[in-house]
Amino acid sequence: MRTGRLLSSPEEERLTRPSPFARRAARGSIADVLAAWTIKICATLAIASLVLIFVFIGREALPILTSEELHEEVDVPRLFLPQPGEEGGSEFAWRPVSTPPRFSILPLFVGTLKATLIALLIAIPLAVGAAIFTSEFAPSLAREIIKPSIEILAGIPSVVIGFFVLMVLAGWLQSVFGWTFRLNAVTAGVGLSLAVIPIVYTVSEDALSSVPQTYREGSIAMGATRWQTAWRIALPAASPGILAACVLGFGRAVGETMIVLMASGNAAVLSFAPTDSILTFSAAIASELGDAVHGGAHYHVLFFIGAFLFVLTFVTNLAGQWWVTRLGRKLRGELVYVPTMPSPHVATGPGDA
Amino acid sequence: MPTAAKIETKDLHLWYRTFHALKGIHLAIPSRGITAIIGPSGCGKSTLLRTFNRMNDLIPGARVGGDVLLDGASIYRDALSLTQLRKRVGMVFQRPNPFPLSVYENVAYGPKIHGMNDLHGRVRRSLEQTGLWSELGDRWHVSALSLPPEQQQRLCISRLLAVEPEVLLMDEPCSALDPIATARIEELMIALKSTYTIVIVTHNMQQAARVSDYAAYMLLGELVEFAETDKVFTQPADSRTEEYISGRFG
Ligand SMILES: Nc1ncnc2c1ncn2[C@@H]1O[C@H](COP(=O)(O)OP(=O)(O)OP(=O)(O)O)[C@@H](O)[C@H]1O
Ligand SMILES: [Mg+2]
Repeated sequence: MRTGRLLSSPEEERLTRPSPFARRAARGSIADVLAAWTIKICATLAIASLVLIFVFIGREALPILTSEELHEEVDVPRLFLPQPGEEGGSEFAWRPVSTPPRFSILPLFVGTLKATLIALLIAIPLAVGAAIFTSEFAPSLAREIIKPSIEILAGIPSVVIGFFVLMVLAGWLQSVFGWTFRLNAVTAGVGLSLAVIPIVYTVSEDALSSVPQTYREGSIAMGATRWQTAWRIALPAASPGILAACVLGFGRAVGETMIVLMASGNAAVLSFAPTDSILTFSAAIASELGDAVHGGAHYHVLFFIGAFLFVLTFVTNLAGQWWVTRLGRKLRGELVYVPTMPSPHVATGPGDA
Repeated sequence: MPTAAKIETKDLHLWYRTFHALKGIHLAIPSRGITAIIGPSGCGKSTLLRTFNRMNDLIPGARVGGDVLLDGASIYRDALSLTQLRKRVGMVFQRPNPFPLSVYENVAYGPKIHGMNDLHGRVRRSLEQTGLWSELGDRWHVSALSLPPEQQQRLCISRLLAVEPEVLLMDEPCSALDPIATARIEELMIALKSTYTIVIVTHNMQQAARVSDYAAYMLLGELVEFAETDKVFTQPADSRTEEYISGRFG
């Protein structure tokens, strides 16, 4: 026996000796390595495509800053500062195809801001309210019905929402409120909110559901009502998640194109009135890029707007991320306390634990 | 028993759907002092404790028969609101469960929801009663979750004291703490027992012997024996109590 084993060739040894466990472990480790590499490659590809998109947009936007030739028609100050108007005076105008063209992006900026703000003003209270209702008050059966129903809303193509607002809601709202412009910032905002609600709702609901039940028990046992418990304990405890939900909602509202294209009126007027028509950044890019002369001023301005949108959402997400983490750490008591000044109380206290 | 009963149960039954968890409990807990509820795991100690502030109402399928009297008034039948009841009968849980708020806000929570005045004074006095005021110094605005477990548990007690309760229910308040921390909580309980009626559930016989004035022994949903702690531990009337206690001290 012993001699036989000693004499066996390495191959034979390998085929006969290893226990099934060892072999499975070996196969497991190969699979592990493969999986690790696959994940690494996917992650790299994702990041690379993001960088490539930005490089592409940035390259097309850059001439606004650098090209002497383009500066005849447009440069950065002219994007932001008032320009001589058609009938004298000065104005902020977006008239990319008039002669001379006007490329003030301020009307677009204000339009985007108005639509986004209105959308969030509608969506956040509704979505967070619904999330509070389903996680704190609704019987579990109602929750099982309501949650998936709202989440289905997220799957509705934005063109359908846009169509609905354009054909049904806008007319209805105009007849109720008597607006001059049938399509305006409010109709766009309402349409956008339909797209934003499911995101904010789902993320907020998850945040509220993961608040430990022991907090609620502690509050109820103190004689608090369910309302007080929801409002003063559950909501603050879930605040990082709800904040994250709002940031996601903002990103969706700023970037959403089809709904605003169909429901905003697409008129670049600089006005802070919510009932005036608007043209948003995303709608301007979508509707005008196809007709803009390749390499012309209009073309590069649209890319500049694209880059601006990219940076805006990126910075918002980053800031949101930072704030969410900070809130979470504060809630978990991880933020290090730095005493500002030794107070008389500390000096007299018998011991500082 | 001396003095009038603070909490009295009359033929108290409780069912978790079909499971009969409390089977006709007759118990009169005297005012002030510490009453310990002991018994093997699953005998219904926590269930009994939770009937005193009606926390069982939150459990779907839980049904109560019989009655519980607080100062002679039924807490299940009389017009005492749940809010008022739970203000008078506070509860400390097995795992410290301070809210994810600052120390100050934790203690101020009760007075705020009950619309009580003198918030600062209340917070300060409650923290002083548990010794946290001097230990924490000016750190009353740090997150309660950053405190060690023992301070968290004392904070949970401060939180209750702020609404001036009459009864403190404690369900194994030391089981998540080390012996030194346990000793501090026990000291605190003894300091509080002249003002409050304290009912504590414990698995720790030594603890029951150390701190309690009265002891109730439960078995399989029934109350086997209730008397002064000395008596229960040295000359129990029921052989089942004797068996359990000698086994646990053994
Ligand atoms: N929510 C519930 N639903 C159904 N049965 C329950 C529920 N809570 C407790 N029980 C059952 O009721 C009985 C008493 O439970 P209880 O928690 O009061 O026991 P206990 O004496 O506190 O036990 P322990 O010492 O382990 O804490 C146990 O058999 C338990 O399984
Ligand atoms: Mg228990």
